[in-house]
Amino acid sequence: MALLEVTDLTTRFRTDDGIVKAVTGVSFTLDRGQTLGVVGESGSGKSVTFLTLMGLVDRRHAQVSGSVLFDGQEILGASGSRLQKIRGRRIGMIFQDPMTSLNPVKRIGWQLEEAVMLHNDVTRAEARRRSVEALEEVEIPRADSRIDAYPHQFSGGMRQRVMIAMALINKPEVIIADEPTTALDVTTQAQILRLMEKLQNDRGTAIVMITHDLGVVAELSNEVLVMYGGRVVEQAGVDDLFAKPEMPYTWGLLGSLPRPEIVADRLEQIPGQPPSLLHPPQGCAFNPRCPYVFDRCRTELPELRPSPLGADHQFRCHLGDEDRTRIWAAKKASLAATTEGSAA
Amino acid sequence: MSELLVVEDLQKYFPVTRGLIFQKEVAQVKAVDGVNFTLNAGETLGVVGESGCGKSTMARCIARLLEPTGGKIIFDGRDITHLDRNGMRPVRRDMMMVFQDPYASLNARMRVGAIVAEPLEVHGIGTDTDRKRRVQELLEIVGLNPEHYNRFPHEFSGGQRQRIGIARALAINPKLIICDEPVSALDVSVQAQILNLLKDLQQDFQLTYVFIAHDLNVVRHVSDRVMVMYLGKPVETGGKVDLYAAPKHPYTGALLSAAPIADPTLGRARKQIVLTGDVPSPLNPPAACRFHPRCPRFVDGKCNVDEPLLTPVAGAQDHEYACHFPLEHWPMGEDEFRRRASLAETTG
Repeated sequence: MALLEVTDLTTRFRTDDGIVKAVTGVSFTLDRGQTLGVVGESGSGKSVTFLTLMGLVDRRHAQVSGSVLFDGQEILGASGSRLQKIRGRRIGMIFQDPMTSLNPVKRIGWQLEEAVMLHNDVTRAEARRRSVEALEEVEIPRADSRIDAYPHQFSGGMRQRVMIAMALINKPEVIIADEPTTALDVTTQAQILRLMEKLQNDRGTAIVMITHDLGVVAELSNEVLVMYGGRVVEQAGVDDLFAKPEMPYTWGLLGSLPRPEIVADRLEQIPGQPPSLLHPPQGCAFNPRCPYVFDRCRTELPELRPSPLGADHQFRCHLGDEDRTRIWAAKKASLAATTEGSAA
Repeated sequence: MSELLVVEDLQKYFPVTRGLIFQKEVAQVKAVDGVNFTLNAGETLGVVGESGCGKSTMARCIARLLEPTGGKIIFDGRDITHLDRNGMRPVRRDMMMVFQDPYASLNARMRVGAIVAEPLEVHGIGTDTDRKRRVQELLEIVGLNPEHYNRFPHEFSGGQRQRIGIARALAINPKLIICDEPVSALDVSVQAQILNLLKDLQQDFQLTYVFIAHDLNVVRHVSDRVMVMYLGKPVETGGKVDLYAAPKHPYTGALLSAAPIADPTLGRARKQIVLTGDVPSPLNPPAACRFHPRCPRFVDGKCNVDEPLLTPVAGAQDHEYACHFPLEHWPMGEDEFRRRASLAETTG
């Protein structure tokens, strides 16, 4: 049985301007020890999906439907007190900006101990011991003295380690990491990714990695969800997705990534802006930015359908199998051509 | 090609003081410590390094937002190192900056039109109508709707705000634009749009850029030359082709291999130098080679005793590195990783 099973999750926000369709019909499963990468631009609904399933959206303004089974139990719409027993204990969260998610006037140790004592019946001394252990686990040097530091005394990478330590301290079964490395240098990002990989290997924790960077996904994930306009537009195993992406938006994301092996003068760019979720476009949400758009795309929403290569690989696009294969082959060839140029 | 910007042995030390009334200097933070480069008109110099390596301080010294401690900055044939406010005024017409955080660098209470027109106003260029026309033209050039003239910054997305910042920098037709991490805060897809825009503008208006970033792969797409900095000093400089094809300094190698690769098969196959820890404090930098405590090729008795100087690469033009044990193969082989225990072992 899957650890986390999400079916048809939908979140709508009521605002003064109308209803924002933040998330529409998202379904996926997550097994123990797996890493799910969730990719999309800002405003694609990737963060809201996970805030919703953790019960962190404001119920006064949000309409939520669908089902979230965690370890076989429905947690969508569960009471606050029941969710509190799950959040921070069985599901940990790491947020993007470690400076705003840590309390600047409390010592690191106090904040870690709080997380321990909230969920376990232990003394402060025991909580402190576990906190030092957690800091050691995320490779913070001299953890027993650094535990009394304030967040501002740490660098960005160290603060993000503290966030990871905090998420891990109660040994959760799932960790939801929302852009954990976006604010960091590439070198620190590499450290944090290696660290998460190691912790997963040691403990078998399932990880959800929310990011806008396909490179990060390729490094860490087993399964990938590509989100656009509040919907899943492509879903596949990581090797399948990078071997043959089926959706023009995924092609665009791949092309816009600066790659070490490509020296082309211009990056391929996706023109325009992500769609407004207040007034989403008719038909396929990507149609105003899609270079291969035709009439049907503007009127009819493409269903999530399996790729000819395998039923595990699903995508939304009206383009025929032959067209997609032809276009991707051409794209791949152009990438390969620039690769050879760099070697020469 | 003419030299637009020459920087010679630039230094910026910040004093560390103690005491409330009688402030006594107790130490110095050597944020920038001996940077040299020459930038030709129409070229782009990419400057790369981690947070805290002094790249932003260097940019601020060149723009004279900070007073350099030592060295020389020659811009367009004039020594501007110690010009005063009035002396700088005409120079500022030719030199603009684009900042990292498009949320913080635009005044939230000003309308976009006024933000973009401000440099024109400061330098007293044109009448109100001229300025308005110019602003609308600029908005169009950077790919925004000229009718958005009257909107506030909060009505725009991150990428659009960065376009506003670029329009403002272009307003008075500068010769040099210093871009301080202009795309670090943006989504990958928006980042590609902004990088392409900067490239197009360079061709259309013969701009010269100093482009600062922490990701070598981003810099590659815009730069003609690249300078890698570590703790206030350049550790490797070179033309784009040479530096990426055969990086010499282990730090360059670490930066190059740290970036994630959007291909799971390639990603698993490659060798990666993962640096441990952070950049050490510039208050008390490591002796000799400043990179030695984090270096995978550190040799005891050499790297921590003898400071490596910038040496040219044999056979390559304009490619220099400061390392006693440079990388020999790229992509890296297995043996490049080994932390070499002592000098005796390598010579013997």
